[in-house]
Amino acid sequence: MVSNTPVEGDYFLLELASRVVAPLVQPGQFVHVRIPGRNDLVLRRPFSVFRAGDGLLSILYKRVGEGTQSLSELPADAALDILGPLGRGFPPVNPEKLPVLVAGGYGMAALYLVAERAPKKGVVMVGGATGKDILCVADFERIGWEVRVATEDGSRGTRGRVTEVMDAYVAGMEGAAPEFFACGPMGMLKAVAERAIGGSWTAWISLDRNMGCGVGACLACVQKVRDESDGPTWARICKEGPVFECREVIWE
Amino acid sequence: MAVNIGGIRMKNPVMVASGTFGYGPEYADLVDLNQLGALVVKGISLKETPGNPIPRMTEVPGGLINAIGLQNPGFDGFVKKYMPFLRGYEVPVIVNIWGKSLEEYVGVAERFNDVEGVAGLELNVSCPNIKEGGMAFGTNLDSLKRVVSAVRKATRLPLITKLSPNVSDIRGFAAAAEACGSDAISLINSLPALAIDVETRKPRIANVIGGLTGPAIHHVGVKLVWDAARTVRIPIVGMGGIMDTKDALEFMIAGATAVAVGTANFTDPSTAPRVIDGIAAYIERHQLSGVDALIGSFEAGA
Repeated sequence: MVSNTPVEGDYFLLELASRVVAPLVQPGQFVHVRIPGRNDLVLRRPFSVFRAGDGLLSILYKRVGEGTQSLSELPADAALDILGPLGRGFPPVNPEKLPVLVAGGYGMAALYLVAERAPKKGVVMVGGATGKDILCVADFERIGWEVRVATEDGSRGTRGRVTEVMDAYVAGMEGAAPEFFACGPMGMLKAVAERAIGGSWTAWISLDRNMGCGVGACLACVQKVRDESDGPTWARICKEGPVFECREVIWE
Repeated sequence: MAVNIGGIRMKNPVMVASGTFGYGPEYADLVDLNQLGALVVKGISLKETPGNPIPRMTEVPGGLINAIGLQNPGFDGFVKKYMPFLRGYEVPVIVNIWGKSLEEYVGVAERFNDVEGVAGLELNVSCPNIKEGGMAFGTNLDSLKRVVSAVRKATRLPLITKLSPNVSDIRGFAAAAEACGSDAISLINSLPALAIDVETRKPRIANVIGGLTGPAIHHVGVKLVWDAARTVRIPIVGMGGIMDTKDALEFMIAGATAVAVGTANFTDPSTAPRVIDGIAAYIERHQLSGVDALIGSFEAGA
């Protein structure tokens, strides 16, 4: 670990020196982290990679339970055991379309590499309960992306949901069709999927789920998806995901 | 370090437990499969099985509760999709089999007679997560005898019967498995458990109950292996919450000829190779002639 610092409220930024893993990371992939000193926690925790490059890899995480609580208490120079990069991330941005990133809370972090590696600039929309849940805005602005913010309490940006901001933006779009890249809570992803399917647009969504092994063996983190013959089957979020095109997912 | 589990020759006593290692390819980038004593694949039934609804797993102190529901591609899917891969390795492949009826157990066992590259069968009569079959066969003495006898007749392969810990006295079940023709027994499977979300007052996994595994059950396993070891002459595969070498040694000292690493594969995929090295180091440090000198060397006193 290089640093482990509070960002805002319960959010923390963790930076790792990882010459092996960092160069391999594709946007949307995750690392599976063992919580040091907690032998009572038998499962690793999956985290999307925020930034990766120059032998450094960072994770933006929220303190939500015992594992992330312990993680947040680690000194900056602790050693961390990670497995990664894992999973199927976002595909390359289609240069024929306009990339539109839609994030809920710290889902913003999982989309950063999409923007950084995109062949063209696009727009990012981020939503949260309050202004404290809006993260990484400056990171996207620094690389020339437009950021639009929505909060449910109106403390930052537009009052309301991120999908309302998305609706207004899409209604005023001219020229290239949008291609959506989304990461956030299941309800938000479903709302993005409904709009993408309704408008005949492509939407890549990243599912956030508790995981067991992280490598496709235990079959805990499965999601119902459509197979080639359109029938229901299970996909392993850690292996076939966490990113799916929204039409693959069977939304319930 | 070599051991023989009812005809399955293993170059060391450490296998990976069914359901915790997929079918092999999942961990092949992380673990040299040929280093393992044996690889036990996730439970296979005659027909493809979709498993339980989600969520299927929840972490608890010192372990996890799972109810995957034995999701598997069925005999045909398994043989087509995974056997060509597994035949590329020298590691003995043990196939865990299960069914919802006696006929299904016999059916899947028979089909494996003609499959090249299978070293043995592990008979799962102890899964707590399916409504029919599974544990229902393993916690009733008469049912256990019927299924073991029938599968024994149906298979030419070495047969390991995996026992349930959910019985009042494991000795009768171990003895019955031996008497009905098992070449070895393995224990323990998971313990039925319940975790409740107190905010919603709902179960934390969709199947409501699941199987508890991990360090939380380790010492239950050691005790039951010790009980079984004083009852049967066939080899025992000890498992339950092995996280390190010491845990594996406990099973062997209690009487297990081999051990299986399970939940720890999720925690750290290098656990099995570390345990293999650790057992070798222990043998050297204690100047033992080999693993045989370790097996059943418990000094209980009294």
